[in-house]
Amino acid sequence: MSALLTVENLTVQLPAGGSLRTVLADVSLSIAPGEALGLVGESGSGKSMTARAIDRLLPPGAQASGSIVFRNQNVLDTTPAELRRYRADVAMIFQDPRAHTNPVRRIGDFMTEALRSRGVPQAEALERAVETLEQVGVSRAHAVARQYPHELSGGMLQRVMIGAALLTSPKLLLADEPTTALDVTIQAEVMAILDELRRSLGLAMLFITHDLELAAAICDRTAVMYAGQIVETRASSSLHSDPLHPYTAALSAARPDVTRTLPRLRAIPGRPLSAFEAPSGSCAFAPRCSHASPECLANMPDLISLDGGMTRCVRAAELRGQLEAPDA
Amino acid sequence: MPDPVLIASGLRKTFGDFTAVDDVSFSIPAGGSLAIVGESGSGKTTIAKMIVGLERLTAGSILACGNDRSRPARSSRDRRRRGSEVQIVFQDPYTSLDPRQSAADAIDEVLRLHSDLAPGARGARVAELCGLVGLDERQSSCLPRMLSGGQRQRVAIARSLAASPRILILDESVAALDVSIQAQVLNLLADVRDETGVSYVLISHDLAVVRQLAEQIIVLWQGQIVEQGQTGRVLDNPQHEYTQRLRASVPRPGWKPTRKIA
Repeated sequence: MSALLTVENLTVQLPAGGSLRTVLADVSLSIAPGEALGLVGESGSGKSMTARAIDRLLPPGAQASGSIVFRNQNVLDTTPAELRRYRADVAMIFQDPRAHTNPVRRIGDFMTEALRSRGVPQAEALERAVETLEQVGVSRAHAVARQYPHELSGGMLQRVMIGAALLTSPKLLLADEPTTALDVTIQAEVMAILDELRRSLGLAMLFITHDLELAAAICDRTAVMYAGQIVETRASSSLHSDPLHPYTAALSAARPDVTRTLPRLRAIPGRPLSAFEAPSGSCAFAPRCSHASPECLANMPDLISLDGGMTRCVRAAELRGQLEAPDA
Repeated sequence: MPDPVLIASGLRKTFGDFTAVDDVSFSIPAGGSLAIVGESGSGKTTIAKMIVGLERLTAGSILACGNDRSRPARSSRDRRRRGSEVQIVFQDPYTSLDPRQSAADAIDEVLRLHSDLAPGARGARVAELCGLVGLDERQSSCLPRMLSGGQRQRVAIARSLAASPRILILDESVAALDVSIQAQVLNLLADVRDETGVSYVLISHDLAVVRQLAEQIIVLWQGQIVEQGQTGRVLDNPQHEYTQRLRASVPRPGWKPTRKIA
């Protein structure tokens, strides 16, 4: 199956005090139609920046190289009219729904904005908005459409955002930590709604989160980012039990476990690096890696294929099965 | 069992017609750790604020180290004594420190207020506290903006420990930290408790963090305790319907999110 979206060797630099800082380094990923890809990383790893680059929402002055191809069209090189059509195909939802709604506009007006600007008559647009609200599990959808954002809870508002994103019948949904600000029981519901709708509509998704388990729950494959690079891509079902990159393994092992109290958590020493802080010419994770050897510091490792996944670790093959299992 | 260091009885807080906290009682033994879990609006932060003295009680009483703190402090001496009983570490390490004060100065300020150490001895104590939370000499002379989130949270913890409190309230203190840093801070908090005998009140929505750090748990729902007991027992075998739902919502290997039947 040919990919819906292909990102190749994407490098993004942002202006910082007269010079340029690298925030994404050589990111490559692809998403097939209807596929859900998780993108996991800590702060500064570049996961949100990747989604922003895909949606052409990079900050002013940003320089991007490499390619982002959506259905044979290079996204980095589009006319404004093409970009408008592209954004109907690629919808995005964010962590904080309150920051992305207009507090003085009613839910119905907010949701129908994109449809109205595409020439759909008001009554029809509103009818479709109400239908979509029902799809995302909002009861009394007609009443909610007349309400303002402050009258809704965070979980309800995030459902509205998902509904609004779906109204233009996108092919790809970029979901940037959509449940991080929600209570855990509400998170479970919103995740279930996303998963059901995505499957029933055949929608592809890039799901961004800092939580490996959350990504694994609804994504076919998961990519792990560190210091602006993808360090591992793997089937979500294998990521926890059989990780290929030491960082993925260390991340799993560092999480406390709800089923038992551990004598000591296996913390990763140091702190996560941003791409511009990472040493060049060597593995970015090496300074924190318990498996680092001289060869890790000699060269920047390439992404290599291993057992159906990709990993950016020169020792991946020999470390197979020896990486800290979270349940050891 | 050691005597309780903190006893809350019949806590109640209303805001107008709204009851935020309704008849909540618990106690913590010296050196113990109690988690208060619940979702937004369940009243957990209101309880924390009442213990610290940032919110007045509508009814009930709070006894810390044998001293009543149900009413506001009447003198600065009284207030200082309360500060040496209870300290709090907030969620956001980016806004809870003075941006113009170095880590060492922030800690020293608390020592000036809460100890009668001579300046030289204070310096040694600052270094000791920085060592306890894993801040090196360079980091302790830094302003908050030069430090990462995890380092700032260490400063906030060291600063609160400078008052030698018997009770430390951790109000979502590790929630904003990256997974790899969160593990470091959780290990640090366990060490600090071993070394100082401080008691923790852990306010958290993260049941895995709770399991790691607290022996006792109370589950709040709409201002009321719906379940309480030993953390392991409550999380392994939740009795109340709400606790069960909370527990089932935690992502874990093989977890599939489900929609509640509305």
